[in-house]
Amino acid sequence: MTSGAIYALIALGFCVVHNTMGIVNFTQVDFVSMGGMFMFTGLFWIGLPVPLALPAAVGIMILVGMAVERLGIRPSRSQNHLVLIFLTIGLSIILRGLMKLVWGKNRMAVPPLMGETPVRIAGASILPQALAILVITALAIGLLMLFFRCTRLGLAMRGVASNHNAAAIVGIRVGRVKAASFALAGGLGGLAGVLVTPITTLSYDVGVLLGLKGFAAAILGGFGSFPGAVLGGVSLGLLESLSAGYLSSAYKDVTAFVVLLLVLFIRPKGLLGR
Amino acid sequence: MNAKDKLFYFFYLHRTGLTVLALSTLLIVWPLIVSNPYNLGLSNLIAIHVLVVLGLNLFIGYTGQISLGHAAFFALGAYGSALGSTTFGLPAWPVMILTALAVALIALTVGLPALKLSGHYLAMATLGFNIVVYTILIQWDTVTGGPSGFAGIPYLSIGGLVFDNEVRFHYLVWIFAMLCLLLSLNLVRSGVGRGLAALAEDETAAAVLGVDTRTAKVKVFVLSAVFASLAGSLFAHCYTFVSPDSFSIFVSVDFVIMVVVGGMGSIWGTLFGSALITLLPEWIEVLENYKDIVHGLILVLILLFMPRGLVSGIVEMVRTRIALSRQRHA
Repeated sequence: MTSGAIYALIALGFCVVHNTMGIVNFTQVDFVSMGGMFMFTGLFWIGLPVPLALPAAVGIMILVGMAVERLGIRPSRSQNHLVLIFLTIGLSIILRGLMKLVWGKNRMAVPPLMGETPVRIAGASILPQALAILVITALAIGLLMLFFRCTRLGLAMRGVASNHNAAAIVGIRVGRVKAASFALAGGLGGLAGVLVTPITTLSYDVGVLLGLKGFAAAILGGFGSFPGAVLGGVSLGLLESLSAGYLSSAYKDVTAFVVLLLVLFIRPKGLLGR
Repeated sequence: MNAKDKLFYFFYLHRTGLTVLALSTLLIVWPLIVSNPYNLGLSNLIAIHVLVVLGLNLFIGYTGQISLGHAAFFALGAYGSALGSTTFGLPAWPVMILTALAVALIALTVGLPALKLSGHYLAMATLGFNIVVYTILIQWDTVTGGPSGFAGIPYLSIGGLVFDNEVRFHYLVWIFAMLCLLLSLNLVRSGVGRGLAALAEDETAAAVLGVDTRTAKVKVFVLSAVFASLAGSLFAHCYTFVSPDSFSIFVSVDFVIMVVVGGMGSIWGTLFGSALITLLPEWIEVLENYKDIVHGLILVLILLFMPRGLVSGIVEMVRTRIALSRQRHA
């Protein structure tokens, strides 16, 4: 369940950018590891308390997302999807290189957000970190829904998603919306990174596998659909822990991609795709 | 038309054939010029990369799709040859062909469902496939040797001639590379290739003009996987040792960088892109820590300023300059 929530967050990040720009954004992968990195920095280099460090890390990731769009994607002024996707791959390599340079290659440990004594709820004991992940993810998804339904920017983003040219004609600033979508993707990825690194330990490439599984979740749910992303993430997380339990934990990482290939075979539009 | 014009026209008409001839001559005398085995080893590695990147470039440049899993086909070729010729002790050449056929079949099963969809599902499917293959190579250590690799693969041989040093291997790999280059050059200029070029430009328009876009994509994907598999087999027999590290997803990304640097859809650019990216780590050894950043920057800058590749980009820039200066003087 907890890893499912993380996949859902990452999948949402992929969907946001896909809906406004029509591309697969491979930098999402690094937003995850970078979120964890900034959390680590906030906690240990600056010495912030957890409730401050978390929003700070997410906030910085929002800025990073915007910077990536502004400096990396927008100058190309290309409509060619192939070029844009390769650009995100290049930017992702650069981000990974920068992380390696700043934080080094060693694995780091991030402490859990709220202690390590298990909490008992209705007879089942659950680690506080897992609880925190579920609660914060649910909160984030709720806020995201409010954002898309009730704010100008959110509505503008949905407009751009449904028709790019029409949105431009009615006066929506498409460039700004694209930057906002990257900011959102950065924030979501960063949040996922902050939440997951206490479980996985932190290194510059921790996001790669997580991010790709998030992508698999997005496709499983139907690429571009927000409820689909959440459903895909949760079901992928469940499938993964089931397969680790019943089959073999050595091949746990393979499950996501076998599922992905099967989905492409049987129901290419995903669970909730149109 | 005077004699000079005729000569120029002759060169222009046969430019492809003449370039191939010149390149072949250079490659034949290459071991005489470069005797250092290390440098020859590098140029052999370039040839192996050229094989993979040629197929990948046909696929990316001519069908407009992305594969981020060619290192997986490369791996299957290498481990297929390694297992067949070492563990089972079968003769190397037939194993190589059987492996290529098996890889073609696998590529078909991966590509068929993913290529039916519009959009870039194949990028993900291939990436996932690469991770699956990589994980299996590491985890199934009784067969593949696990993370420490698979050693003791025999050298290739024809009759009594064993390809056991860099010079002999140079001729072997470059013969393969040149044959595939010729095949690709001819494919691109055939009716099928023109159809593919139309497909890369605009899929709907190509379909309207009667190009069977879906099967065309699958065919090119399978062809590129076969090229990668052959390259993998050669790689295994050349180094007599393979380990999973040579086949991670980052290697796939490097192949894609080679395609972009050489120019998507440019067959000759493939040679240049593969050579540049293979040699780059040798030149920037000082900047070892910055290797990733440099690779990423190269990719981003080329895409931003010369989306058609370094060679075409520079040629176009020079042409524009010349045209501008002529206009100014006229």
